[in-house]
Amino acid sequence: MLKLSMAFSSVLNRKYLILCYLLFNFIPPLVLAASQPGASMAAVEGGNTELGINEYDITAKKRPVDKSVVILGEKAEDTSTTDHSKLKELQGPFSSGPEVTKACLSCHNKAGHQFIKNKHWTWKVHIDKTGQDLGKSVLVNNFCTNAAGNEGMCAQCHAGYGMTDARTYDFKNEDNIDCLVCHESTGTYYKLPPSPGNKACAVMFEGKPKIDLTKVAQSVTLPGRSNCGACHFYGGGGDNVKHGDLSSVLFEPPKSVDVHMGVDGENFSCVICHVGEGHEWSGSRYEPIAKDTIGQGKPGLARQTATCESCHGLQPHPGNLMGLKLNDHTDRVACQTCHIPQYATGGVATKIHWDWRTAGKLKNGEGYREEGYIQGNGEPRHTYKSIKGNFKYGENLKPMYVWFNGTERYLTVHDKFDPAKPVEINHLEGSPDDPNSRIWPFKRMETIQPYDKGNNTLVYMHLWGDDPDAFWGNYNFARAIKHGMDDFQLPYSGDFGFVKTWSYWPITHMVAPKEKALACKECHSKDGRLKDLEGMYIPGRDTNPWVEKIGIFAVLATLLGVLVHGLIRILFSRRRKAS
Amino acid sequence: MSLQKVRVFSRFERFWHWTQALLIVTLLFSGAGIHGFHQLVNFETMVWIHVISALGLMVLWTFAIFWHLTTGNWRHYMPTRSGLFKVLRYYAWGIFLGEDHPYRKRFWYKHNPLQALSYLALKLVLFPLLWLTGLAYLLYGFWGQGALTSGSLEWIATLHTIGAYAMAVFIIIHIYLLTTGHSTIEHIKPMITGYDEVDLSEAEEAYLEQDEPGRIIKDK
Repeated sequence: MLKLSMAFSSVLNRKYLILCYLLFNFIPPLVLAASQPGASMAAVEGGNTELGINEYDITAKKRPVDKSVVILGEKAEDTSTTDHSKLKELQGPFSSGPEVTKACLSCHNKAGHQFIKNKHWTWKVHIDKTGQDLGKSVLVNNFCTNAAGNEGMCAQCHAGYGMTDARTYDFKNEDNIDCLVCHESTGTYYKLPPSPGNKACAVMFEGKPKIDLTKVAQSVTLPGRSNCGACHFYGGGGDNVKHGDLSSVLFEPPKSVDVHMGVDGENFSCVICHVGEGHEWSGSRYEPIAKDTIGQGKPGLARQTATCESCHGLQPHPGNLMGLKLNDHTDRVACQTCHIPQYATGGVATKIHWDWRTAGKLKNGEGYREEGYIQGNGEPRHTYKSIKGNFKYGENLKPMYVWFNGTERYLTVHDKFDPAKPVEINHLEGSPDDPNSRIWPFKRMETIQPYDKGNNTLVYMHLWGDDPDAFWGNYNFARAIKHGMDDFQLPYSGDFGFVKTWSYWPITHMVAPKEKALACKECHSKDGRLKDLEGMYIPGRDTNPWVEKIGIFAVLATLLGVLVHGLIRILFSRRRKAS
Repeated sequence: MSLQKVRVFSRFERFWHWTQALLIVTLLFSGAGIHGFHQLVNFETMVWIHVISALGLMVLWTFAIFWHLTTGNWRHYMPTRSGLFKVLRYYAWGIFLGEDHPYRKRFWYKHNPLQALSYLALKLVLFPLLWLTGLAYLLYGFWGQGALTSGSLEWIATLHTIGAYAMAVFIIIHIYLLTTGHSTIEHIKPMITGYDEVDLSEAEEAYLEQDEPGRIIKDK
C-alpha cells in the first residue's frame, strides 16, 4: 500500500514510467492521436534504447507507403473515378478524426450504415451454426486474455474513435467510425489507446508527431497491406504474437515468404483475397470455409469469399498424371496443408507458449522485461515481462494438423470446463468421417492462465486502468480478477488458479511458392507430419499389421523353402555322383 | 510320338512375357517404396513410375487377353488332374533322386499340369485382383468422396498389398524353378528363341512340316 500511494503521489515515479512504456510498446499505437489533441513533443524519459524497448517500434515508426496491388490487373489510381485530394470536402482543416469521418460520409452516404454492422466496429459476431455470440467484446483468449473491461487499451485496434467501454459506447454514432485507419495511404496515421490508463502513462501519449489530417484524408484509397497490417500483424500484443502467419514481414514480404503478397511477385494487398462489398469482407476466422465446393463459380460472377478455390478452382493442379493425383487430395486436404509447409517465416517469430504464473515479479520494486530470444531478422524478443509472464517463441514452425469442418466452438467466460485437462479455447469441430472436414494446418497456442478455481470457468482480468486493481501496475491477480469479474456481474468464487489452455489459429497466409510445397513423403510416411492423425488410411503411412506379418512371412518362407529345396538337390546330386 | 524342336513361344508371347516381367518387377519395386519399405526413389517419382507401369501392363494385358482368346492359346492353361500328382511327386521327391521330369511338352499343352494350374490361378485370380484393386485405388478421385475414411480405401489398399505379396512369392518360385532343369540357361532359352522340345504326334509333325515349316527344326 505504501508503494501504491507513493506511486499515485508522483506522476514521475520511474516505476510507472517504465511500466507505461512497456504497455504502449506492446500493442500498436493505434488509437487516434488525433483525438488526443493535447499531444506535445516532450521526449520520453529513458528512451527506447535505454529501456531496451524495440520490440514493437515498427508500428511506432512511419509505415512504408504501401504500393501493394489493390485491384487485380489494374492500378487503383488508373481506375478510380475520383481524385480525393481535389474534393472541396477534404480541404480541411480538420481538428479531429470524427470531423474527417463526417466529410467522408457526406458523400459516401451509405458507408456509415454499412460499416456499423461490421465486426471491426461492433466487436460482436453471432454464429448461426453454433448459436454462440462471440467477438472481441466478450471473448477470453489465451494471450492478454480479455478485451472486455480493458477497452481503454485494447480498443486502439477498434476501427472507431474513443471506445473506452464497449458497454457504453454509442455504436450508432457513425461519426465515430475511423475511416482513415483503413483507407489512408500516407503511412503517417496512427492510433493510440483510447484511455491513458494510469496517470503516469500520460507521458506515453507525448512525443508523437502530429497527424496532418487534411493530407491523410486526401490520401484515401482502397486498403493496402499497411492499413490492415497495422492491427492484424500485431494481434496478441506484438509482432506476429497471435496468428503466426501474420507478421510485419508481410508489409513488404519477399515472394519466398508469401507467393501472393511478395513485392517481387504478385504484390497483392489483403483485399485481393479478402474480397468484400458494402464494408463486409470475406474470410472470417470465426466462421471459416473449411471446404469450398463451388470454386471459381460461374464466369463473370465474382465470389465474395477468401478461399483458395475461389481463384484457383476445385481442380487446381495441372491435368497431367501427377496433377490428377494431387487433385484427388483436395476433397480431404486443405490447400494450405501442403502449400504452407511452415509458418512464422521471414524472420519474425510468433509466441507459442505463455505462462502467466510468473507475471508480477519486480526488480528494485519495478516491473521489468528480459530479452531472451533473437529472431531470424536479428531482433530480440522478450521472454519475460512483469506485466504478462514468461513466453516462448518459434519460427519456421511446422503446423499441427487437424480435421476441421469450419465450425469452431468457443469457450466463453460463462462455460465450465475440467481443469485437469488442457482447456480448448476454441474447439475445432471435424472428423475424418465427416465429408465436410478437411485436414487443416493450425498454430496451437499454449498458455497457462488464471481461471476461477471454484467455478471452473475462465476469468476476465482487469488489466488496464487508473486504479489500484489494474494488474498492469499493481501486479495483483486476486484484485485484478475480482475487479474484472465484478465489473461484468460474473460469478466469481474468489479463488483463482492457473490452467493450461490451448487455442488454435488456422494457418492460411504465408503461402509458399509451389516449389516449396510439401513433398508427398512429408505425410506419406510412417513418421510424417500426419503420423498422429487417426481415422483414415494414408498410403505409405498405414499398413494392416496382419497382412504385413503374413505377407513378409510368406515371402521369407518361400525364399527359405526354395533355398532348402535347392540345397537338398545339390546334396543328393553329389551323393549320386559319388556313388 | 517324337521329340522335336518346335517354336512354342510366338514372337508376341515372348514380347508379352518379358515386358510383363519388367513391368511387374518395376511395380513391385515402386510399390514397395510407396508402401514404405524403402526410400531409394522419392515418393512422387515412385507413384509416377507405379502408375505408368501399371497402365502399360494393363494395355499389354488387353492385347494378351485378345491374343489368348483369338489364337486359342488359352487351351494351354486348361487345368487337368491327369499327371498333376506325378509332377508334384517329382518336385517333392523325384527331383532329389535325379529322376527325369515326368512331363513332356505337347504341341497343344506346352505347360505341365502344375504349371498350367499356377498360371491359370495367376491369370484368373492374382492379376485381376491387382488390376481391379489398383484401378480402384488409382481412380479414387472419381468415387472417393468420403471413402478415404469410410474404410473402402483401406480395404482396397489391403487387398492390393495382399496381391503384391502373392506376386512376390510367385516370382521367387518362378525363378527358382528355372534352376530345376538340366540347366538354367536351357530353361530360359525357349522364352528367348521361342523353340523348345515338344512331344509331337505324327499328325502334328506332318502338319508342321507341311504348313508351318519355320516352326519346326528337323536336325535328325
